[in-house]
Amino acid sequence: MRFFDEMHSADAAVRDHYQVYERWLARQAGAQMRARREEAEMIFRRVGITFAVYGDKDEDGSGTERLIPFDLIPRIIPAAEWREMEAGLRQRVTAMNRFLDDIYHDQEILKAGVIPAEPVLNNAQFRKEMMGLSVPDGIYAIIAGIDIVRACNPDGSGTYYVLEDNLRVPSGVSYMLENRKMTMRLFPELFAEHRVAPVAHYPDLLLDTLRAVAPASVNEPTAVVLTPGMHNSAYFEHAFLAQQMGVELVEGKDLFVKEDFVYMRTTRGPQRVDVIYRRVDDDFMDPEVFRKDSTLGVAGLLRAYRAGNVTLANAFGTGIADDKSIYPYVPKMIEFYLGEKPILQNVPTHICREPDALKYTLDNLADLVVKEVHGAGGYGMLVGPAATKAEIEDFRKVLLANPGNYIAQPTLSLSTCPTYVESGIAPRHIDLRPFVLSGKDVQMVPGGLTRVALKEGSLVVNSSQGGGTKDTWVLEE
Amino acid sequence: MLNERIEDHLPALLIETATGALRVSNASHLETKPMLSRTADHLFWMARYMERAENTARLLDVNYQTSLLPQSSEATLQGWKGLLSISELMPDYLERFDTVNARDVMAFMVTDANNPSSILNCLRAARENARAVRGALTTEVWETMNQTWLEYNRLVKEGALAKDPGELFEWVKFRSHLSRGVTLGTMLQDESFHFQRIGTFLERADNTARLLDVKFHARNTEFFGSGVGNEGKEVDFYHWSAVLRSVSAFEVYRKVYRNVIRPEKVAELLILRAEMPRSLVYCMDEVVSNLRAVANDQSHETIRRAGRLRADLQFSRIDEILATGLHAYLTQFLDRVSDLGYGVSRDFLMPV
Repeated sequence: MRFFDEMHSADAAVRDHYQVYERWLARQAGAQMRARREEAEMIFRRVGITFAVYGDKDEDGSGTERLIPFDLIPRIIPAAEWREMEAGLRQRVTAMNRFLDDIYHDQEILKAGVIPAEPVLNNAQFRKEMMGLSVPDGIYAIIAGIDIVRACNPDGSGTYYVLEDNLRVPSGVSYMLENRKMTMRLFPELFAEHRVAPVAHYPDLLLDTLRAVAPASVNEPTAVVLTPGMHNSAYFEHAFLAQQMGVELVEGKDLFVKEDFVYMRTTRGPQRVDVIYRRVDDDFMDPEVFRKDSTLGVAGLLRAYRAGNVTLANAFGTGIADDKSIYPYVPKMIEFYLGEKPILQNVPTHICREPDALKYTLDNLADLVVKEVHGAGGYGMLVGPAATKAEIEDFRKVLLANPGNYIAQPTLSLSTCPTYVESGIAPRHIDLRPFVLSGKDVQMVPGGLTRVALKEGSLVVNSSQGGGTKDTWVLEE
Repeated sequence: MLNERIEDHLPALLIETATGALRVSNASHLETKPMLSRTADHLFWMARYMERAENTARLLDVNYQTSLLPQSSEATLQGWKGLLSISELMPDYLERFDTVNARDVMAFMVTDANNPSSILNCLRAARENARAVRGALTTEVWETMNQTWLEYNRLVKEGALAKDPGELFEWVKFRSHLSRGVTLGTMLQDESFHFQRIGTFLERADNTARLLDVKFHARNTEFFGSGVGNEGKEVDFYHWSAVLRSVSAFEVYRKVYRNVIRPEKVAELLILRAEMPRSLVYCMDEVVSNLRAVANDQSHETIRRAGRLRADLQFSRIDEILATGLHAYLTQFLDRVSDLGYGVSRDFLMPV
């Protein structure tokens, strides 16, 4: 399989936007770069930029906190590419918010037959409790993380595809910010030679967005970040964002609902809370309505939400828009709500509930990735090129028994970027997660979080499975 | 009483500092934000644990330095026993070790993960509390707490205790100084700052009182200010100068009294001298002024008791205290400090 390399074109020439960087890199001594890598690790540990690994502990008690490997070589995106991607992200997230507003009100898109009703209404991510509930400005997914990959075309060029939308509680933005800080600290001279678009104002945009979606009756809204607590894997990020925005980091037990208003317990008595940036899943948010055994949420929150006395970022029930069974319809949503052609491509997806698509899938199982629509984390999935004949035949039976439960996609060749590995510098697969903020306007900082699969040949970029991160530069012209 | 009530009407405008000076604070037209009770609780304990780590290092250091002096092995042993009883750890210790000896006591107090009061666990607790509220701390404060914990583990693993205990204790003291300094130098002086200060000075008041108690106890069963101990002047000098050194007060003593070291003067310095930053009255000054700055609707009684305790110290004389017996006096003081801790918890940190 051919891969698109972000730094080198097919004939091994350095691409224009990497020219200056590549010349700089060639001048750096290996020992110098090794020292920088160690310095970076030391700083990350001191700053405590760690993620928790569940059920893991070593003798000094600090073993549950691990560093995410940081790679020194940045992923660079030329300005023109970013402009197009930004327009595509804006369009996509806007359409998805329109979809959420529609689906929890009049369901025009179902009536028009653009999306079949069954995968929406019979979906566990569809929250009946949200029906008829209006949220400020009709914005449900206030913070969205869109996973983008670049695949190689037959002619060697690359195309960006949206691999997945994350509209529930997307994480990773703190690494985007810390990675930039780290690169500027380690290699300040690079920023004199490149015009790198800044990202440090993200917390400002986030606060601005959260204030913008506060209940209309509130003049000076109080926003908080709700975390499951310090043992959550993304706790660093929760604390980081709260601190950067200057708002309280609360846990469920710090909040209570009285007469349909939300309050936090303070040293001077109860104080009203107007906007909750929650990093807790729907299921755990309100034991009165969702999981009864949850201690992470706030009893009565849905009542306060229904009364319009608090804004949740994101809203309950946004998972219906980023579900795998709905993903194939996003391009149609864009056309239906905005009357525009999608700017960003979906990965071509075969919806096995449709007879033609099922036939195609069955005929090409050895080349396709087949995913369970509600599955996550790679369960119930077939990776055709990596499977044995027997596995494929077994899967064929499972698929035929319940086609509506599956979608199929071509095996994507994620683009690569030069990366420091044991043996030196080698290409490794990467993806990109830009963060899109929707309030009065749709805003984002240029770039996003680039994740890199550090194992040779691996396409898995998740930090829990040996993935690392890179600083992401959008070059201004 | 009259003064107290007048001051109650001015809490937001004027705050009395430890030295009695008045400074303007929280000008009334500028609102300060209240803070989460849970956050205040973590900050309070973060500061307490860091202070406790420092005082434990001080105690260990003075015992260690004393043990290097020529003295009877009985006296050395008394020192280590006193150190365990000061922290109410003798039963725990004896469950694990057969005899009291320098090496085991130091290991127990410095690196033992099973001793909740070891320096290791104090630094761990300080750092865990900081981590729980790192968003409420400046980056510098958090990094100082985190780095202290990481570095301490490294030092312990490298055998710093066996190599040079004195240097390790100095390091702990230095990190505590650093964390206090970075707090003073970078934190917004809002409620989060005040709760840290309350934690620091309640802990320090407790620790100084315990130190005095055990060191006077070691000399006599009860001290009524009757002068020299039973081992002669020279031993006395080393004993009391060690006590002073443990609270960095040896030079201070000379400066204040310009005289030979007398036990009753040592007691006076560490109990009643308002300009001595580890004395009981200084600690209570800080507790009272910081409590006033965070006063809420429920805290009247706690603030009254704190003010009362401070007034008792302010208007006491050392001969009166010694006449009733120092041990009895300090026992009562410790009870009152502990009661204040509960009051702070109830009024601010875990309101129902």
